[in-house]
Amino acid sequence: MNLTLKIWRQKDSDTKGQMVDYKVTDISEHMSFLEMMDVLNEQLVNAGEEPVAFDHDCREGICGMCSMYINGEAHGPDRGITTCQLHMRMFKDGDTITIEPFRAAAFPVIKDLVVDRTAFERIQQAGGYISVNTSGNTQDANAIPISKHAADEAMDAATCIGCGACVATCKNSSAMLFVGAKVSQYALLPQGQVEAADRVKNMVAQMDLEGFGNCTNTGACEVECPKGISLDNIARMNRELMKANIS
Amino acid sequence: MGGFFKSSIGRKIAMALSAFFLMFFLIIHLAVNITSLFSEDVFNELSHFMGTNPLVQFALQPVLIFGVVFHFVMGFVLELKNKKANGVAYAKNNGAANSTWMSRNMIYSGLVILAFIVLHFIDFWFPEINTKYIQGDMSGMHDGNFRYFHELQHKFLNPARVAAYVVAFILLALHLLHGFTSAFQSVGATAGRKKTLQTFGKVYSIVIPLGFIIIALYHHLNH
Ligand code: HEM
Ligand code: SF4
Ligand code: FES
Repeated sequence: MNLTLKIWRQKDSDTKGQMVDYKVTDISEHMSFLEMMDVLNEQLVNAGEEPVAFDHDCREGICGMCSMYINGEAHGPDRGITTCQLHMRMFKDGDTITIEPFRAAAFPVIKDLVVDRTAFERIQQAGGYISVNTSGNTQDANAIPISKHAADEAMDAATCIGCGACVATCKNSSAMLFVGAKVSQYALLPQGQVEAADRVKNMVAQMDLEGFGNCTNTGACEVECPKGISLDNIARMNRELMKANIS
Repeated sequence: MGGFFKSSIGRKIAMALSAFFLMFFLIIHLAVNITSLFSEDVFNELSHFMGTNPLVQFALQPVLIFGVVFHFVMGFVLELKNKKANGVAYAKNNGAANSTWMSRNMIYSGLVILAFIVLHFIDFWFPEINTKYIQGDMSGMHDGNFRYFHELQHKFLNPARVAAYVVAFILLALHLLHGFTSAFQSVGATAGRKKTLQTFGKVYSIVIPLGFIIIALYHHLNH
């Protein structure tokens, strides 16, 4: 199929960017979206132009690197997927596809479609861990019984790959689905209890410091999240923060 | 605890608490007004009680005014903060793909409600305050009868006012269709995402504004 692409081009974080039109031809419907981008870039390199910079790594939907806001949605029109798992069969011959970077003040553009998501790393460093002494006498994790229900919910929360689609989609640029998932994954397990109060306080404080917005429960994040992280995790984070401030 | 209400989540919870209070107030307000459809006397008695009882006037009324002001000021604060958190605007953004119109436009439905509240104060509240506390007439009487019912009828003679009320209450319904369950989610109650509460929320969001609309229309058509 033949497509028109409208792509955000921006030289670096200090330069103003703009949308630029490109044409690609003979795209197979079996290609992934990133493969289609590879075809475009090959074309640009052959023509002696600068290829479009975009993030990617695993290309199997597990690392969370690939981003892109495609036709007005994070990771494009399909559900429960990252951009590397989006296939060209979702589009029709002759379509015009708008491709933009994930937008949020806390996710500044580095180049073209690549944005800086290290704000997420700093939120993780503020409390997204448990402290375990690796002295050689470490207790076996399985020695503490955990209910099936709690284990399942913690596992669901832990599937968040930190891609940032929730922020990109949110009209408030709120990171609460991500932080909610990271808080929940520990809050649900006995191992997470020791640092529970400090964790939620510090992670929320870091989230606010990074300049993410305030959740208004539109639910857009949950719809666009490639891992189906539930809004219940945000409610849990809110409860955890209340608990941490009362005790 | 002080830091709590400065955090994004603390603000959200405060927002939800003020909203719960307003939603409770709407039930009381509608319950009083609805009597005007059935009995002039009951409506007059209730209005006189509400208008002269010191507990209502000097305890509940200030709390209510604080609640309303807090809610819309915090609504503006959150909206401004959220705008600041956005980066460059998307050239193409398909909001309808993942969220409801109501949830994306709370500030606009809120602004219409705010405009209505201003109109409503000019219509009913300022004249009441003037009569009772400036002219010092606490009798609630006019020409030997209670004045409340007649004042109400008189206000709804004007079709433009009735139209403004109807529009405002439709926007209130839209505000609540998102807001009701949203408030539960904000205070951390996943109950807001359960079918029962969602259904109850829908019923509440439609029945309450519809009640006010019926009252306005009834008095416009029957006087
Ligand atoms: C009697 C009148 C009102 C009622 C019953 C009401 C009710 C609600 C409810 C239930 C919510 C959801 C709260 C949450 O998600 O935690 C809400 C949110 C909101 N309200 Fe109102 N509201 C009223 C008037 C207003 C007014 C006058 C404004 C003025 C601008 C306003 C602006 C907003 C905004 C911007 C939000 C979204 C903020 C957020 O979710 O964080 N509301 N309202
Ligand atoms: S919650 Fe979902 S959308 Fe947000 S970072 Fe995690 S995986 Fe991505
Ligand atoms: S490249 Fe790893 S998730 Fe898409």
